[in-house]
Amino acid sequence: MLRVAGLHLWRGDRHVLRGVSFEGTAGQCVLLTGRNGAGKTSLIRVIAGLLDAEEGEVSWRGAPVRRRVHDFHAELAYLGHEPPLKGDLTSRENLRFSVGIRRQVSGEEIDAALSRTGAHGFADRPVRTLSAGQRRRVALAGVLLANAVLWLLDEPTTNLDSDGQQLVAELIGEQLARQGLVVAAVHHALEVAGPVLKLELGTA
Amino acid sequence: MRTSAINAARLVALRDLRLAFRKPSQLVQPLMFFIIVATLFPLTLTPEMSRLRDAAPGVLWIGALLSSLLALEFLFREDAVDGTLEQFALSGQSLTWMLFAKTCTHWLLTGAPLALAAPVAAAALGVPADAMWGVVASLALGSFAMSLVGAIGAGLTLGARRGGVLLSLLTLPLTVPILIFGADATELAISGADFSAPMYLLGAIAVLGVTLAPLAAAAAVRIGLE
Repeated sequence: MLRVAGLHLWRGDRHVLRGVSFEGTAGQCVLLTGRNGAGKTSLIRVIAGLLDAEEGEVSWRGAPVRRRVHDFHAELAYLGHEPPLKGDLTSRENLRFSVGIRRQVSGEEIDAALSRTGAHGFADRPVRTLSAGQRRRVALAGVLLANAVLWLLDEPTTNLDSDGQQLVAELIGEQLARQGLVVAAVHHALEVAGPVLKLELGTA
Repeated sequence: MRTSAINAARLVALRDLRLAFRKPSQLVQPLMFFIIVATLFPLTLTPEMSRLRDAAPGVLWIGALLSSLLALEFLFREDAVDGTLEQFALSGQSLTWMLFAKTCTHWLLTGAPLALAAPVAAAALGVPADAMWGVVASLALGSFAMSLVGAIGAGLTLGARRGGVLLSLLTLPLTVPILIFGADATELAISGADFSAPMYLLGAIAVLGVTLAPLAAAAAVRIGLE
């Protein structure tokens, strides 16, 4: 499904990714681990197409991503370090606009996703009044609503309490059960129900 | 069901409009700057109306250009900081269309009010009432062209630390033709002559901007996201 072959990436004179290769299949979770600066975020950004690697290739469903980038992005949900939310909009408005540019989404679907991530109680508050953990929950609802096959999650448990971390593990498990694929960069252990491929970066 | 490119662009525009009305300070600032610059000029020049009228096209257009640059800084910056532009780029939709929608909304919120407020500033400079239509029309078209050209600069300076200065350096030379034709149209309107020729040229620049600027801005934003 997702094939990463021989990725090399330099940032200035730093060789961040040194020939990273792996294959992810439907229903599998790829957990990227490694110390700070090992290249976890860079690898996720390269897979997403936000960064160009100097060498190597990312393929999706057997074809290089660069040939059909729009189709690949339509099947992708990306959650970076910062939740992509506007502080002056409510959680519900944020999701209506951010998910709405991808697909038509109903208010009921938004409510259901917010409930699933435990964010329903503050759905009508401006995002700037929410805590970092609450924002993360709203952003996770956005990932759910994207209906994407591939999830790229960069430190998805950041700012979340233990319940929130458990929620992330459950959401990933549900995505795997739907035959989706998850690639997640993690600092802390994440107990995911389903087949997991662990890839430690920065050891070469 | 997947959202069409047009609907995605419409949603981007609606979102920006809603955000602007929730936080109007960024809209008011360039407008106030324009009004202040244009109304302070008569205090520093002669109170003689005929001389003020001669200086009016230059004053109005320099004021419009500078306040437009002030507003351009906000075009993509916040969306880049909070990750919205990344989400646009990864949405599977055309980034070009979405940035075009953002640029048009930006003009609607900054350029159009500036053109509509121009008669106030123009009156202080002794511009006759029957020339106001020409002043408003030329500034509306010119500010739209400036927004389009500025979108390229705003995209290119996304990753820069002192983006504001760089944005000015990049954008100012590209806006010189707009400044020349715009000031010419305003001058002809004030003198009561036919100002359609410079307006056609301003229109041509705007059409060129509509055709090329969103593509260039999208390419610049993609580079800036790296």
